[in-house]
Amino acid sequence: MYDFLIAPFVEFGFMQRALAGSLMLALGACPVGVFLMLRRMSLTGDAMAHAILPGAAAGFLLYGLQIVPMTIGGLIAGVIVALGAGAVSRFTVQREDASMAAFYLISLALGVLIVSLRGSSVDLMHVLFGTVLALNDDALTLIALISGVTLLTLAIFWRALVAECLDPLFLRSVSRLGTPAHFIFLGLVVLNLVGGFQALGTLLSVGLMMLPAAAARFWTSRVEPMCVLAFGFGAISCVSGLLVSYHASLPSGPAIILSAGAIYLASILFGTRGVFNTRLRRHRHRTA
Amino acid sequence: MTDACLTFKDLTLGYNSHPAVHHLNGSIRSGSLTAVVGANGSGKSTLMKGIVGVLKPMAGICTVTSGKRVAYLPQQSELDRSFPARVVDLVSLGLWPRRGLLGRYTREDRDSVSKALMAVGLEGFEKRAIDTLSGGQLQRALFARVLVQDADLILLDEPFNAVDAKTVGDLIKLIQRWHGENRTVMVVAHDLELVRAHFPNTLLLARQPVAWGETQEVLRPENLLKARRFDEAWHDDAPWCEPDDGHGHAHSHAHAHGHDERHHHDHGEVHDHPDHESGPRAA
Repeated sequence: MYDFLIAPFVEFGFMQRALAGSLMLALGACPVGVFLMLRRMSLTGDAMAHAILPGAAAGFLLYGLQIVPMTIGGLIAGVIVALGAGAVSRFTVQREDASMAAFYLISLALGVLIVSLRGSSVDLMHVLFGTVLALNDDALTLIALISGVTLLTLAIFWRALVAECLDPLFLRSVSRLGTPAHFIFLGLVVLNLVGGFQALGTLLSVGLMMLPAAAARFWTSRVEPMCVLAFGFGAISCVSGLLVSYHASLPSGPAIILSAGAIYLASILFGTRGVFNTRLRRHRHRTA
Repeated sequence: MTDACLTFKDLTLGYNSHPAVHHLNGSIRSGSLTAVVGANGSGKSTLMKGIVGVLKPMAGICTVTSGKRVAYLPQQSELDRSFPARVVDLVSLGLWPRRGLLGRYTREDRDSVSKALMAVGLEGFEKRAIDTLSGGQLQRALFARVLVQDADLILLDEPFNAVDAKTVGDLIKLIQRWHGENRTVMVVAHDLELVRAHFPNTLLLARQPVAWGETQEVLRPENLLKARRFDEAWHDDAPWCEPDDGHGHAHSHAHAHGHDERHHHDHGEVHDHPDHESGPRAA
């Protein structure tokens, strides 16, 4: 048991780094995922993950596989797309899903173009899928910073975010914070995706953001426990994914996301608000 | 009028250069209880949005006397009922004007929330998820939120829609309580019997005010007939409404849509009615 569960993390530095990096990532990304889901923007994370590609690719093209330039590039591209799509939806008739789709497709095409300038598709795979087993100190510091900033920002803007999700018109009638809160939130989404791409790659970091959140929805009907539970699911996915990856020699990123996927599927079936409890079991009911 | 809570100066509100409220002048007295009536599309909800400020005026201005806090219950709520929140979370939103983004909720605040829930007959519902509430219960909860907001000017847009008679009675009692506390209340309503029975003042709208003042005067058959002939449709070929210098229209004010300053006149029967019907003069 010890050999299977604990030893890999004790014996190997790269496993410790991978664990620390992915857990910190989950700490910030999972609550952000909960709000994305509650705002019905679950696919926005996916779109944003594509949108940061040209920035990351430009950084990669200029400086090689370096975390800092790629991160800054990704951040810039992500913020441009988030602001552009957010502004179009807030100030024109177009809804956010359409404007987001338009902006991220443009961005993705640009990204593929930039990567192809360098040549090989192996590079592209690296940018898209990352590698959690090769996290260096820079990357760990960056992830720690991002999860810290994320938690702090969520704590400060919590009330505005909840109000903006629950009753946006009410918030507009008592405060001007609705629109800034929305953009700050989009900024957090970009930040966490960028933080994740060194470890998991742009595509898989969305998985760590959305799958635990989606799973947590089946267990609770309040926001605070949902965020905590989402992080819990995220953390379990990280540990089990890394273990599976270590013992079965599988790529670590997909193993983590598939673990989260397994938790999601189990939650659909067995969650307190899942299929078995709400559909299949016959409920006794009270008289009033 | 020195004790006006709300003043309209040549206020025109609308959408895409078509006015929904046209050149409204007048004021709402502090502590008054006013029903806003009129056909569908006569500009009642638009007026409410203009007062709260979620819709920018096309021309003119609408001023809420400074220091007055406004509470607004919209007709078409953007409330997301699938959001995982409890009744107490929803009602606590009403603490925003007092506590803002970061202020801690004190024991007093929590007390005011439970008192509000009791006042609307929802004690014991604190922990219920909002997606399990009936329409009437939700409306009661939203009234509780208005109570918590503790506002000086309360705007209710069709609060009696799809609500049973008992709930209407309870909500009316709350409105009268606010009136008794010298708060200013404006309520959009359709049930004229209800308006006659409970509202001292009425504004009858048909894009322009058809009549405004004491309820029994306003709701006279000839006024109602005039309002009923109101032509709700927009006409794309309607002539532009030219600024009338004689009245000193301030047409250069806010232009949220960046349109031409001018806007359409309607062809409605109310057209021959003076634009500048003034507000109630009741003491």
